[in-house]
Amino acid sequence: MAVQLELLKGILYFSGLDRTELESIRKLIFEKTAGRAEMVLLEGESAANLYFVASGVVKVFKTSAEGKEQILSIVRPGESFNDVPVFDGGPNPASARAMGPVLLYGIAKNDMAAILLEHPHIATNVVKALARRVRHLIALVEDLSFRHVIGRVAKILFEQAGDGTVGGHRLTQQEMAAMAGTAREVVGRSLKELEEEGAIKLDRHRIIITDERALQRIMEASS
Amino acid sequence: MAEIPVIDPERCDGCGLCVGVCHLNGLTIVSDIVTFIEAVECDWCTDCEIVCPTGAISCPFEIIIQAVETR
Repeated sequence: MAVQLELLKGILYFSGLDRTELESIRKLIFEKTAGRAEMVLLEGESAANLYFVASGVVKVFKTSAEGKEQILSIVRPGESFNDVPVFDGGPNPASARAMGPVLLYGIAKNDMAAILLEHPHIATNVVKALARRVRHLIALVEDLSFRHVIGRVAKILFEQAGDGTVGGHRLTQQEMAAMAGTAREVVGRSLKELEEEGAIKLDRHRIIITDERALQRIMEASS
Repeated sequence: MAEIPVIDPERCDGCGLCVGVCHLNGLTIVSDIVTFIEAVECDWCTDCEIVCPTGAISCPFEIIIQAVETR
């Protein structure tokens, strides 16, 4: 399948380019497909290409030595990933996995450098895309380093819990994130940690508080 | 009936990102709106909620305290 001009137009990097410019860039782009849960990039490997999502969704994440996953970003159509190593020459700073079937548009590192030389106004778009990414990561760093999110999530669970006999209020992870003043990604990780501590059990659409005292301890230790 | 994610048809723009990520193939697009396939038993992985760019699909959790006798 040929790289579609309409899809290229929707990519932030190429915003504002005319048809002739897009045609010249299209020649340098290659397609890559991946199936659900397939790894697209591995952290630490040398970076050869910059990728744009044409269709589907890619999850960019880091994995700790204990195997815990921290999502850094969810990359949707029109957005890019693996930009940083392509521009600074270092290895991939994170891994990327397809969340479903994906179609990616790739550009080799050298070709991206050539595009920037030939179309210097693209640099403004690149700066905007990277600035947006940095802003998101600064917020995530703040959450992970300075805030005791797990305690606040524990408190929310305490306050919102019902006895299961009547249809009580239900909360999405996004709503819990808003209540805790944090990112959804951090709530997901906090729930997993609370489960590992034995305080709760995630049972499909239910969060069951299995050990109120443990939950209380976590809440107090984090306040 | 098994619990299924909540779909807000007013917000859904039929982009289909959720359809692609559902590992149980439990979602489909009908008349430009996402629809849950009832025969599928959702395991509440919440991937559909994560990827939805318009907030049209959500996976709310019921939070309950386990009764002492069932612990």
